Formats: sequence, C-alpha cells, structure tokens
Amino acid sequence: MIREWFKSGNPWIWLTASAVSVSLILVFGLLLLIAARGLGHFWPATVWEYDYKNQDNSVVRLVGEVHDEEAVSAQRLREAGLAIEGDEDVTRYLLKTGNRDVLGQDFRWILEPGIQDMRKPETLLAIERREWGNLYGYLNTVQENQQTVAVGKGAWESLQQRLQRATALFAQIRALEKGEIGSINYGLERLRLRERGLELENNTDPAERESIKQERAALNAEYEGLQKQLTDLYQNINRDQIMVTVSSGETVMVPLAKIVHAYRPNAMSLLDKLGFYMAKVWEFVSDEPREANTEGGIFPAIFGTVMMVIIMSIMVVPFGVVAAVYLREYAKQGPLTQLIRIAVNNLAGVPSIVYGVFGLGFFVYFLGGNLDQLFFPEALPTPTFGTPGLMWASLTLALLTVPVVIVATEEGLSRIPKSVREGSLALGATKAETLWRTVLPMASPAIMTGLILAIARAAGEVAPLMLVGVVKLAPSLPLDGNMPFLHLDRKFMHLGFHIYDVGFQSPNVEAARPLVYATALLLVLVIVALNLTAIAIRNRLREKYRTLEN
Amino acid sequence: MSDSTTPNSSPTPILPATDSAENQRRRRWRMLKDRLASYGVAMGGMSVIIAIVLIFFYLLFVVLPLFGSAEMERVADYELPGSGAGYDSGPSLHLAMEEQAEIGFRLTNDARAVFFDLQNGKPINEYALALPVGTEVSSFMASEPTTARFALGLSNGAALVARHIYNVSYPDDKRLITPGIEYPLGEEPLEIDENGAALTQIAFQDGEEEATIVAQTADGRLLLTHFIKEESFTDDAPELEREQVLLSFAEQQGTQAEIVQLLLDKEQFNLYIIYADGGLVHVDVSDKSEPRQVQQLRLVDVGLRVTSVQFLTGDISLLVGDSSGRVVQWFSVRDERGNQTLQPIREFTEQSHAISDLAPEFARKGFVAADENGLIAIYHSTAQRLLLTQRSSDVAINMLAIAPRANALLVEDAKGQLSFWRVDNEHPEISWSSLWGKVWYESYEEPVYAWQSSSASDDFEPKLSITPLVYGTIKAAFYAMLLAVPLAICGAIYTAYFMAPKMRQIVKPSIETMEALPTVILGFLAGLWLAPLLEANLPGIFSLLIVVPVGVLLFAFLWQQLPARIRHFIPEGWDAALLLPVVLVLGAVSFGMSESLEAMFFDGDMRHWLSSELGVSFDQRNALVVGLAMGFAVIPTIFSITEDAVFSVPKHLSFGSLALGATPWQTLVRVVILTASPGIFSAVMIGMGRAVGETMIVLMATGNTPIMDFSIFEGMRTLSANIAVEMPEAEVDSTHYRVLFLAALVLFAFTFVFNTLAEVVRQRLRTKYSSL
Repeated sequence: MIREWFKSGNPWIWLTASAVSVSLILVFGLLLLIAARGLGHFWPATVWEYDYKNQDNSVVRLVGEVHDEEAVSAQRLREAGLAIEGDEDVTRYLLKTGNRDVLGQDFRWILEPGIQDMRKPETLLAIERREWGNLYGYLNTVQENQQTVAVGKGAWESLQQRLQRATALFAQIRALEKGEIGSINYGLERLRLRERGLELENNTDPAERESIKQERAALNAEYEGLQKQLTDLYQNINRDQIMVTVSSGETVMVPLAKIVHAYRPNAMSLLDKLGFYMAKVWEFVSDEPREANTEGGIFPAIFGTVMMVIIMSIMVVPFGVVAAVYLREYAKQGPLTQLIRIAVNNLAGVPSIVYGVFGLGFFVYFLGGNLDQLFFPEALPTPTFGTPGLMWASLTLALLTVPVVIVATEEGLSRIPKSVREGSLALGATKAETLWRTVLPMASPAIMTGLILAIARAAGEVAPLMLVGVVKLAPSLPLDGNMPFLHLDRKFMHLGFHIYDVGFQSPNVEAARPLVYATALLLVLVIVALNLTAIAIRNRLREKYRTLEN
Repeated sequence: MSDSTTPNSSPTPILPATDSAENQRRRRWRMLKDRLASYGVAMGGMSVIIAIVLIFFYLLFVVLPLFGSAEMERVADYELPGSGAGYDSGPSLHLAMEEQAEIGFRLTNDARAVFFDLQNGKPINEYALALPVGTEVSSFMASEPTTARFALGLSNGAALVARHIYNVSYPDDKRLITPGIEYPLGEEPLEIDENGAALTQIAFQDGEEEATIVAQTADGRLLLTHFIKEESFTDDAPELEREQVLLSFAEQQGTQAEIVQLLLDKEQFNLYIIYADGGLVHVDVSDKSEPRQVQQLRLVDVGLRVTSVQFLTGDISLLVGDSSGRVVQWFSVRDERGNQTLQPIREFTEQSHAISDLAPEFARKGFVAADENGLIAIYHSTAQRLLLTQRSSDVAINMLAIAPRANALLVEDAKGQLSFWRVDNEHPEISWSSLWGKVWYESYEEPVYAWQSSSASDDFEPKLSITPLVYGTIKAAFYAMLLAVPLAICGAIYTAYFMAPKMRQIVKPSIETMEALPTVILGFLAGLWLAPLLEANLPGIFSLLIVVPVGVLLFAFLWQQLPARIRHFIPEGWDAALLLPVVLVLGAVSFGMSESLEAMFFDGDMRHWLSSELGVSFDQRNALVVGLAMGFAVIPTIFSITEDAVFSVPKHLSFGSLALGATPWQTLVRVVILTASPGIFSAVMIGMGRAVGETMIVLMATGNTPIMDFSIFEGMRTLSANIAVEMPEAEVDSTHYRVLFLAALVLFAFTFVFNTLAEVVRQRLRTKYSSL
C-alpha cells in the first residue's frame, strides 16, 4: 500500500506543501517574535524580592524583575563549577537587579533551587534614572536641601508632587539649552565663518568687521542672560532628593533631577499599568535617547529616517519617471533599449554596499570636496559637504532606488492600452500633451507603487548609510529653527543603524536589547505597511485596466 | 432644438478658424513645447542612464591606479656637494634626505656633514664632526633609517654616534627647515676597543633605553658593546652603562674570508655577520652577555659574491644583492621543531649586473636596487613586483638614498655625480599575486592567503589578499542557498500549482512582503537571538532535517487513511494550512529532543564533542547562523520569481498531460517544471546575487574573521562586510582605500553577471510562453 502511495506522487506533494508551511512559520514566527519582545519592553513588570541562598550557603536579599528564564541541564551547571544535585533540569532566571552604581552590574542569574522565599511588596519603588539605569528599593525619606520633609506614608505622595515639579523644570532646562543657547552658538559659529571668509578675500572693510563685532557682542550678552537663567533653574531642580534603601541594605541618595519616572509596579492596578505603558510607548517615539542610546526614546532616529526618505523621494521620482518615460515612450525600441532595460533591472540587484562605496568616493570625497573648495573655503579644513551627511545619504539612496521606480513606472506605462494614446493623438494632441494629460495620470498609481517600494527599501537600508552619513548620536536634528532651517550637511540618526549600533556596539547589550526589539518592531511595521499599500495600489491598478481593456 | 440651429444666427464660431493667426501661434507654441518635452525627456532619461553607468566607471577609475607602475623623473644632476677644491673628494660615506625631500645630507669620508639643497646641489650648511685629533674614520654604519642616526668607527678604537636633524619653523608663514647635527650619546666618542685598534667594521642600533655597537677591530676581534641609558639630569646626553663581550665564535668560522658587513636589527636582538665569500652567521644577541650562534649558511652560489646586504624596513627580512644582479629576500622561518632558520623567500632577477647598493623604503616593504651598469630598479617585496627600471648613469652607481616618503631618490655614481630624482610610486604593494595568490609574509611559516589590512605598528606588512574574502562570500552564499533553494522552490511550486486560489492570495503577498524586511533586523536577530539558541540546541537543529520530512510524510499517510468524511473537511489545496500545526509540533519535538540527543550521542555537550572528537572548532556566530538568517532573506526573492514562472506555464499544457492520464505529480515534474525550469534557474541566480551582496546579516551574525575554512561551525568575512567594517577608516586614495573599491567592483561584477544571466534567461522564457 505504501509503495502504491509513493507511486501516486502524493507524498511529494505533501512535502512541497510542508515547504510552504515552514516558510510561513518562519515569516510569521519572526514577526511574532519581534512583536512580543518589542511590545513587552514597556510593560511595568512585577518587581520581586527574593531571599536567595548563594552557592556558599549565605542567604542574601535580591530585588529585581525577571528578565529571562531558561532550563539548563544539571550537568552543564556542574561543568560551570556550580554545586547542583540530581539530574533534573534546573530553571534559572535572569534577574534585572538594576542599581548598577551599587552592585556594579544590572543583571545576574539565579537558580530556582536557591530561592528560599519570594514576595512582591507593594511599597517597592522602581526608579528610572537619567544615569546608571534603574534603581529598585524602598523609599525612606524625601529631602529638601538636605532637610527631611516627609517620611513614611507621606513620602510617596510628596515624592510624586516634587517629581512633577522637577520634571517640568528639567523640560525648561532642556528647551533652553537645546533651543535658545543652541541657536546662539550657531550664530556665533556663523559669525566666525563670516570673519574667516573676509580674511580669505583680503577684505579689510572696517564696517563689515565692526558689524560682526557688534553682532557677536549682542549674542554674547544674550548668552550671559540665558546662562544666568540656566544657573537659577539648575539650583531649583537640585533642591530635592530622596533617600532609598536598596536590597543590600545600603541607603542611596537620589536627586530628583536625575529621575525620569518613579513608580511602584507591584501596587499598580491593570489600568494604571496600561496608562504607564502608553506613556512609555509615547516617550519611546517622541523622546531623545539616553545613556549611550540604551534607554529613552528614538525620536531623532525616526526623524532622521523620515527626513532622508523625503529628500530621497524628491530626487528619485522625477528622475525615475523621466527615465522610464524615455525608455518606453521616446527611445526607439530595439536591442539598445533592451540592453538598457536589462542593465537597469540588474542595478536593482547590485549590492547596496557598492552604492555606499560609490557614494563615499564620488559624492562625499569628490563632489563634496570640490563644493567645499568652491563655496565654503572659510570653514576649511573642517569639511562642510566633504564629509558624510544627509544630502549625500539621500542622493546615494536615490541612486539605489531609481531602478525600482523606473521598473515600476515602465510596467505601468506598458499596461496602458495603445488605443488610449492613439485616441489622444487622433484628437490632435501632441505627444507631450498626450503624455502629460493622459498617459502619466493613468500611470500615476504605478508611479506611486514604485515610490512606495523605493521608500520601503530606503527605510530599511543600512549598509550604504554607514558609509555616507549616519551616526550613532547626532548632536542636532537636520531641521531646526536656525537659518537655512534644513541642514543638508549634517549627519543624522537612522532607525536601522540604531538597531545595529545599540545591538552590537553598546557597552550594555543585555539592558539595551528590549529597546532594539522595540525599534525593530517599529521599523518592520512601517515597512510592512508601506509594502502592503504598494501591493494594494498595484492590485487596484490591475483591476482598473482590466475594465479598460474590455 | 430648432432655435439653436437657426441659420445665420451664429456669426461667431465656437472655435477660431483653423489657420487664424492666433491658432497658428498657439500651434507653434504647442509644437515647441512638444519638441522641448521630447528633448527634456531624452536628456533626463539619458542622464539617469549615464549616472548608472557612471557607478561602474567611477569604481574602475578609483581601482585602476593600483595596477599602474611607478614613474621617475630626473630633477637635477650635480657634483658631490662639499667636494670642491682643497677637500678630499672621495665617495660619500652616507647619503640621506629629510622628510620633505628638500634638503639632502651627505657624510664625506673625512667626517664632514654637508647639507645641501636637493634642487641644485648648493651646500646649505657644513659641519665637521667632532673627531679626536689625529683620528680618522675607519668604518661607518647607519642605524635604522627613521632614527637618522649613524655611527663612525674610528682609527683609535672608539666610535662616534651622531644624527642629522631638521628643525622646522614658520617665520612669516613660510616653512623654513634648519638642518643640524646632534650627538645623542654624547659628543665624546665612545671607547669600544680598550687596545685602541682601529674599527674596520661596525654595526649600530640606538633605541629608547639601550644602544648596541658591534665592531670588528683591525686585529680581527669582534666586540659587542651594549650601553644601557640612564636619565641624566645635568646634560642632554644620557649617562651610559657599558658592558662588553668578545664574540669568539667568529674565529671558529673555519673560512679565511674576511667580514664585509655587520648588520644588527633595530630590536638589537639579531646580528648577521656577512663574509666576503658569501657566508653568513646569524647570532642571537638578545642576551647581551651571552650571544648565541643560531645558524651559519651561504647566501650565494659558489662563484658569486655578495655585493650589498640591507634590512627591509622592519628589520625582519634581509635583502641580499649579489654580483650576478640578483636580489634575494631572506627571513627567519620557524620549522617544525621550533627552530628559526633563515630561508630564501623570493628573488628578483631583473638586473644583470652586480648590485651595488640597496635602499629600503622607510614605511613600506619596497626597496630600490642600483647596479654597476648604472641602472636603478624599484621593487616591492610582498607583491614580488618590479615597478620600474631606469638608467640613471652610464657608469656604476655607488650609492643610493631614498626619501622618507619614498617620493625621491638620490643617486651617486662612480664619477662623483649626484642625480636627484622625483619618484611617483603610489601603490607598489598590489600585484595580481598579492591580491589573489598565496603570499609568504614576514614571520609566517609558509605562504598563506591572508587579509589583514592595518595594524598599529608603522613597519607592518599589509596583507591584502582578497581571496579569503571572496571565499567567505561564497561560503556564506552557499550555506544560505542550501536552506533557501529547496524551501523556496518547493514552496513556490506548491503555491503556484496545487494551492487553493484563496489561500494563494494570502500566502504570496505575505512571503513577498518579507523581501523588504530590513536585513539589519535579521542580522540582529541572528546574532543576538539565533546564535545562542543554536549553540544550546545544536542536535535539535540537525534532527529537524530528519524529523520534519519524516513526520510530515507519516502524517500525510495517516491522513490519507482517514475516512473521506473527515478528510473532506479540509478542501483541496489547503494542505499547507493543515500542515502548519504539524510542522510546529515537529519543530517543538526536535528541540525537545535536543537535550536527550546530546546526552545520548555527544556526551552531553555537542560543542565539546565536536572539538574533541572531530577536531572541529566552533564559533558561536558561524556559517550555520548566517545560512539560516540569509537563507531566510533570500527565500522571498527565489519564491516570488519561481512562483511567477510556474504559475504562468500555459494551463493547456498541464490539462493535456492530465487528460492523457498522468497524475498531478507526473504532470508537474514532467511538464510544468520542465517548462518553467529557465525561470527557476533565473530565480536561483537572482537569489544568489542577493546572498553574495548582503552586508548587514553577515556583518552581525559572523565573527568577521577572514579565514579560509568551509566548516559550517566557523565564521567568515565577506567582501561586503569587509567594506562596511574598513571603509570608514581607510585613508582616501591610499592603497587600502583602492583595494576596498576593488572589492566593491568585484561584488558589482559578480552580481551583474548573475543578474544578467538570469534576466536573459527570463526574457527568453517570456518569448517562449507567448509563442506557446
């Protein structure tokens, strides 16, 4: 019977079916994995308190979130030098103990058998700090200028109130530093360049010099004023601090100025947690990164990615469409156009890193270097455009994605029935008019598809950007309130590079990992959404012309 | 109706007459616009296409200078400076140039240091070295050239150490170089021979903390004198602690030949004694109180003489020029028993007259050789390449000096003429053999393929063989294709041929969407999630390969045995959906078995077992991880194209086959796949192209070590990852930079060939279908 079954060929069909299943499992498993890990990051996890028996039989108190767990064979643990009895698998937990400044590390593994007792005390406080990561402990007292103002029950309320005030002050300080002081510094730098420019031109016009001098004096005066404000703000924000007892029994002083959030996860209701979760997600997409990108938000990376994609789109659409129109409508169809078509198709398959190398060599060093010589001699030897930056990154990606737009547009053009063109020509329209009024509007969904695919590709591309303009931490956004507002020469941050950098180059990978998953999730969502849109447009387009053909 | 068409009631027509002036103008304007549009489009289109072609040519343009040869240009000829009337005008003891190649330095045999303008030979400064009264120079040796120091052996058994220095200042914003002479070990000559015999040969090196002078006296003794420097608070020159041994074995040589040269390396560890008959004795002097003879050998065949010996920069290799015009590079190689033996590594036989002088470059492993026929040749040792031969003089050349930046040469001939040459030699270290072949690098035991482009030390020998990178690229692509090809092609065939249309509408876009998944995410997951997972469950992964197919077949067989009533719950073409939970369960089973398999067959630890039983080393980030992650990345590409090819096989072909009684499987294998095979081929090619060029996955999921090993448990470094890692640090227009461009060009060519092949095949297929 089995032989007959094999002869019918059915088993092979089932095997091919299983290939589809495996592929689907891989695809959806991957998405689920990223989603689960990325979304879980923001949830306020329960903080446990353990009485834990160490290998040397001393019992210590540990506090932390369970970050990971795994089953390990007893033998392997014994090989690692741990005294474990029996042959059963042992569960071990990766505990995020925080308190890096006290303990020296954020994470430690604990073994299930060593746990003597575990509790989740409601009063346990989790503090997210601007430096040194999380802190877990019990709130002792709240102090104002080193004087205790609240103890015990009242301390928690007092902390919340004072924290609000500190957060507001912190926002003011940041606005001042980034905004006004930032633009004064920018102005001073411009003045310095202007002065240097005059020197280079051998221009000794005293009026010019005088005006520079005056402007500089004005800026400096303004700066003094702001500096005074800033000092006051700093004095204010440093008023309060809290004393916290941590698991090892030590008491730690935490200034409120260094606290981002303080919460009691074990006392939170589901609704509280949900609220906290949403706030954290919002912070993630709208805030700036902290602690070498391992904490805080990714707003500059989102912003940089979007800016780059927009500039790229502005460049890629006209050129891609014109090239496609030329190939399909104007060029004489023959072996040459066929050859060009193959070449364009091939370019879509050329490794992106090759474009990066080209961008670095041609755009940055050759074009940028010459632009600097011509237009920005006053800034030399500091390069303006002769260094990787937003413009070159966008241009490189435009080159990388132009084949996508050409191919998609050409496909759209080829789907438009000849009769439509001939109808327009027969009514007396010129070729250009036919193109502009009839053909291109009909092909616009195809152009859109091409653009969306190009954007999806550009948003996810990292390798070439590493060479032509992406950095791990950009001091300022490429778009701000200082003339000329859009700074094409600046370096920028990028979601994909952020993943690479934080996941592989950061000193504390374990702590940063959830954040990377969250970033990856965001990037995947954006790209999947873009692609689904493109597919939807493509399908609608096909439907539309099917009716037209009949 | 009738109102509107009353005759004579419409004197003004809706449109102006066809050839009214206004209309003609309008038509001309439209024609102009049309013409402009067509020019504009043609120009735009062409410019985009040119931009695309530019990529290739720009890469080529950057790469080409690598293969260019060197050029030399004679700047000036002049008499030896400082050799005018009233002076002893013998040949120079030493020639050198300062960093900018503006000022030359010549040491005459009556111990005068002459600095001169290289452009015209006019003396700038002249210093008589501080020799004790009544002594003469009896021997001379320069130390490692970057230190600019030299030692003079004197006729009274003492030695004087000096250096030529160049102070750079900028009065009035113009560079001014002031040359001078300094005595780093004190102005007083150092006593070497207590008996006061003249020093006939001398070798000298001066380091931060110690200096060593080896000298032969007129009566044949060989003295090694070692000075340890101590900080002196009163004087610029340090206080020296002196220690001396007599090298006695030199006499036991057995040969009557005299010593012609002594060479001491800059570490002051190795001494080479060269005899007139071509013999060499290698002495280990790392312990200064107890020198030890390491080896004794002959440098040249009987009948030939050694005419010049110099260290290559780094002082590891010896360059030996002989009377037949041959230059041989020697260095110590460790043999199986751990002994260091000097071996001839490579030879340069381009010249046919006795080599009169050799000048190694300061920073690269290149050197210049001059012969007695007046010819100069520029070589590079690692690349085993002759870059240029040039006649400098029609008589023998006495001496050569090379500028510190290797951009100028100073040549002294037997007639007392100096020639100053500009040299343009940017990329001597690249040749076909050094890029692609095995190269015997200094201190290596044998020729190897190696990539190591930079290091902290200055006299580092760059190892720029891109063979290991190409090998790594192919390895990564191979393992990726191993996973992707069967899965994607089988899946695509099922999707196109057997799957229910409803399900296909979901499956196809979801797999295709994955094509756009940023590879940085896959790389991150592969490196940080998959690699540790695989390491912990190695047997589980390999058992998947057996468990899943067998399990699926078993399930399918049992399913077929079920009563038709139950089977018909699942409509035809939804088998893949039915299999989803099955595959999941089988996967879980494999991973669950991992531990027990490991305990049963691999002593509880497969990693350990691999290295101890099979001798296979295991990296956590290995080819298996890359294969899985990159395989995943190319599945959508191959799947999508294969699916299209299979799906567009004309339906009447398969209907015909089925009607003739073939089973669906027979129809698929004999008719459909056969027809679609060119399409499948092109899918594989395009997938391959993608795998070859993928950067982020290999960058993140391998250790990026450039090894040549096909083991699935070890990593690799690919061309693309190498570019990503090294490009930001490569200095513009340096050799390293251009070699990275070459790597990009190779990648470009690689993928271009694959893709063109695929595209041509696909076009053919399309015409074939349309004719069917």
